[in-house]
Amino acid sequence: MGQSALMLLGVFCLTTCILMIAGAPPFAAFYHFFVGAFGSWNKFAQVLMTWIPLTLCACGLVFTFRIGLWNIGIEGQVVAGAVSATAVLRVGVGSEMAGVFIILAFMAGIVGGAVWAAISGILRTRCGVNEIFAGLGLNFVALGITLWLIFGPWKRPGVASMSGTEPFPPSLWLPHIPALRLSPVGLAVVLIVLIGAGWVLTDTRLGLALKGIGSNPKAAYLHGLKTGRYMLYAMALAGGCAGLAGTFQVTGVYHRLIPSISSNYGYLALLVVMLANYRVWATPGIAFFFACLNIGSIQLPMMLKLDSSLSGIIQGTLVLGFLLVHGWRKRLQSGKQ
Amino acid sequence: MRITLRDIHKHYGRVRANDGVRMEIAQGSIHGILGENGAGKSTLMKVLAGYVRKTSGSILLDGRAVDYGGPSQAAALGIGMLYQDPLDFPLLSVLENFMMGRSRGVSQKEALHRRQLEYLAGYFGFHLTARAQVRDLTVGERQQLEIVRLLALGVEVLILDEPTTGISSLQREILFEALKKLAQQQKTILLVSHKLEDVEALCDRVTVLREGKVAGEMEQPFDTQKLLKWMFGSPPPSPPCAGTKPGAITLAMEQVSASGGRAGLLNCSVTIHEGEMVGLAGLEGSGQGVFLRLAAGLEKPEKGTITVCRDTLTGNDYHAFKARGVTFLPTARLEEGLIPGLTITEHFALQQEDGVRVAWEDSGSIARERIEKFRIVGRPSSKVESLSGGNQQRLLLALMPVDPRLLLLENPTRGLDVESARWVWEHLVEYTLNGTSIVFSSSELEEILQIADRILVFYDGVVVRDVMTCDTTLAELGQAIAGKIRACGHLQTKQ
Amino acid sequence: MADLNITILLASIVAGAAPIVLAALGETITEKAGVINLSLDGSILLSAMVAFAFTYQSRSLLLGFLGGAAAGAVVAAIVGAFSIYLGQSQVAVGFVLTLTARDLAYFFGNPFSRLYGPHVSPLPIPLLHKIPFLGSVLFYHSVPVYLSILFIGVCWWFLYRTPEGLRLRAVGENPPAAYARGTHTKRTQMLYTVVGGLMVGLAGATFSLCTKPGWGRPQGAEGTGWIVLAIVIFGGWHPAKVALGAYLFAFLQVMGIQFQGWWPSVPAQVFQVAPFPLMIFALVLMYMAQQRPLHLTEGAPSVFHRVVRRLSGSAPAALGKPFHPE
Repeated sequence: MGQSALMLLGVFCLTTCILMIAGAPPFAAFYHFFVGAFGSWNKFAQVLMTWIPLTLCACGLVFTFRIGLWNIGIEGQVVAGAVSATAVLRVGVGSEMAGVFIILAFMAGIVGGAVWAAISGILRTRCGVNEIFAGLGLNFVALGITLWLIFGPWKRPGVASMSGTEPFPPSLWLPHIPALRLSPVGLAVVLIVLIGAGWVLTDTRLGLALKGIGSNPKAAYLHGLKTGRYMLYAMALAGGCAGLAGTFQVTGVYHRLIPSISSNYGYLALLVVMLANYRVWATPGIAFFFACLNIGSIQLPMMLKLDSSLSGIIQGTLVLGFLLVHGWRKRLQSGKQ
Repeated sequence: MRITLRDIHKHYGRVRANDGVRMEIAQGSIHGILGENGAGKSTLMKVLAGYVRKTSGSILLDGRAVDYGGPSQAAALGIGMLYQDPLDFPLLSVLENFMMGRSRGVSQKEALHRRQLEYLAGYFGFHLTARAQVRDLTVGERQQLEIVRLLALGVEVLILDEPTTGISSLQREILFEALKKLAQQQKTILLVSHKLEDVEALCDRVTVLREGKVAGEMEQPFDTQKLLKWMFGSPPPSPPCAGTKPGAITLAMEQVSASGGRAGLLNCSVTIHEGEMVGLAGLEGSGQGVFLRLAAGLEKPEKGTITVCRDTLTGNDYHAFKARGVTFLPTARLEEGLIPGLTITEHFALQQEDGVRVAWEDSGSIARERIEKFRIVGRPSSKVESLSGGNQQRLLLALMPVDPRLLLLENPTRGLDVESARWVWEHLVEYTLNGTSIVFSSSELEEILQIADRILVFYDGVVVRDVMTCDTTLAELGQAIAGKIRACGHLQTKQ
Repeated sequence: MADLNITILLASIVAGAAPIVLAALGETITEKAGVINLSLDGSILLSAMVAFAFTYQSRSLLLGFLGGAAAGAVVAAIVGAFSIYLGQSQVAVGFVLTLTARDLAYFFGNPFSRLYGPHVSPLPIPLLHKIPFLGSVLFYHSVPVYLSILFIGVCWWFLYRTPEGLRLRAVGENPPAAYARGTHTKRTQMLYTVVGGLMVGLAGATFSLCTKPGWGRPQGAEGTGWIVLAIVIFGGWHPAKVALGAYLFAFLQVMGIQFQGWWPSVPAQVFQVAPFPLMIFALVLMYMAQQRPLHLTEGAPSVFHRVVRRLSGSAPAALGKPFHPE
């Protein structure tokens, strides 16, 4: 406990130093962070809209971390889900049963993400390719496909541009509170996924198998668990959650497909789960903190002429601090033995 | 260089691997260290070579007391060791392995080293190609490289730990010639072995270790019977012959060969019957582990067929074997057998056949029941890493299916106190009464003699003896383990 | 349709590949010692920013290159320290640093965005550059490009012809054996992680001062770090083959630009992205070819397997696994 507080203090001091080096007033920066995240209902709504996909990705990643995989391909899985959802929604443009199409889009998104993840998984279990590189390659492929779609078959009538596909009509938007652009459906989905993930991990045979294989694959094999199969399950679950996040981005946030539809939430979610020490119940809180940082930092360019990546620096140094504390404890323990 | 060892102790917690060893080794001699599994030979040599720190005692070289902190310091003093598992670099070339760690500065002086390598290799009749990659070499050739490297470093003392395991007879001849030449040049050679034949052919003097202490010393000519007695102790009273007829065949291996460990397994043909308790004897790493893993489907044979209860399962994986009633229990309980971080209940929950949810109540009650039955000191919610070694073994037994056909146990009583070991065997014998076949390996010959109905002796990857316990004696088994086979058996060696 | 000037094509490949070659050689050294520096993508961006910032402020290109190299070394040192001395996963630390270094680059680089600063000008080698064809391809470049070509030879010579290089390879191959022969494994691994980082830093500096001069968000070097990691594996951890992989990637990038002209119907962005997945899947194919089960066959491996083995090379056996001597 004390060490965590010390770590937070350390990161706080480091951030202050960084701000001073950059020639910016530190307390003004912290103030703008705060205001940027909580200053108005609108801004707070944006924080929640960021929190939703981030938490969804983090939930999915807990599965893959549990079994010992580094699912760096999560970014591509978000994109794959987004692309699948967009495909379904495009069919539903101008239809009477918009609600049905939204539901179908969610299902398509989950499947798209899960399939994308399964490809990485199969490359790992059947071909021995490290999931980091398979995931990375697939991230690039997903990006390429997105770009091709945005500038090719799905381009806006007239001029194709980086601003994405033709926006969907409001009937295909996720139901939301109009003034805030906040979608309670999204919040509900996150809650369901969080509780579902928690349940799967602690109460089901699947969760127990993941835990066993992640801890000792050899012994798990001797106990009759087919390790390859469970790796695929974990990847599919992670991909499904990521696809869900991607669908949310398309129907709830941007209402179209854009090149950076994943907004780097996949990579950020990896940091969230690391900082949560791979426990699913800690992820929403940390994801919320990270979301505040992300949204709060949007103020910085305007107010203080600072780049908004400051939020990323804080997030990264938090995780590094966490690893440092871990490593130090390990060193002390092994020194005692 | 003359070596004196005085009161060498090496303790691992309460285990006394070396318990007050005193030895005197003359310069220019080939000195043998004999002993069976666990006698402390390897540990003693590792202490001498600096790879392991002694707990107490002193080492004198030519009368001067020395102390060193690591193998490279020992090498600087002139002591070099050939380990059982070679400490070399498989992906580098022979020449690079030879040169590594020796020169400083910018230039590698490759030509110089190559000349040295070729000279030394040629002198001993070794055939080493400078550019070959070490991973393509045979075990014997890797040894030759290491010997040549140590000599180039200027070692005066050469320690060899079980050097003839897994090498061909031709390579063995070459090695022996080389060692004799070295002794003539006043180098001191220490040969650690369990093979009487090697020791008799090569050594001037031999020290026998047993249970960490010196059991006796002898000079040429050697009295084989006395050596065996020192190695294995006095025979315990033989259990009475049960006189049961063998039942149906559970496991059949036909001409099975596989690589693995140092010796692999060569042309093994064995059948195991229902209700048999079979012990695998021999120096560790002589093929027992490979045999067990082949029988479990954890390793695949290169040749031959494996049949379980009349189903040919050659080439299938462990889960197929498991479905036929085969269960494997590894030695390394926490590394391979149990899952750290999981509780006892969770281990039982893993055996659940179907259902989405874990049936916590059922698993919990099974756990409680088994804890009581197997007298495990722990609660259902205890994490397995918190259990003691003995209790972990009991848990592993508790996790086994209720009615297995074939139980394969690797060193089942390793690390257990006498009480726990006795309990384990009592429990296992009950299985055989129900028709289960049990095959187990053990590094303690006495245990095998007391427990097993039938004994297979492994020597250098070959089953050299297959006898019923009541038909044999400790002395005979000792001979087989040490490589001395009677005329009726024949020894197949690698070519 | 625009026609292909082979000379210009090859020259632009050599020039464009220079930073990739440098980074790949640096990472080869680090991985040969047994450490993976996953932070390359962020590292390159950070050193690019630092180099440009230093140069812009001081008007000295040398200071810029030094600064970039130092930035690369510092990031690598953090990866090394966390994994070698604190026992943390190399992948975890490397991944976090990839993101954080990039964010640091964007944050501190903000004031330098879209500014016009000094950059390296070409330095044709007298006499040699007049050789027809080869002269324009190889000898009409700037100093960093020459350095990149030179370093291929230097790295190879260092790794395979010096005792120190042998020690490096031994540590990455079998740390307990190296330790038994008197090498300080931790020190050696740390040293070469930093050395590799220095070269990665040079690569970043080359981006912002030579190949894609200037700084911005994005800079243009994004994604390169990941490709370098793949190239090191693709090149079998051997300097010459790694360099070949780098040139192949640069070739794909240059061809992408050509294809844009040939197939205007396909969006340009696709061609910009295409080299990345193509490269990674070339790697995947190599991996898969290597995975054919060899253990079931007795006797020498077939000709096919020997060829694949020669082409692919093997990972330093201790890559990613820390060793703690007693």
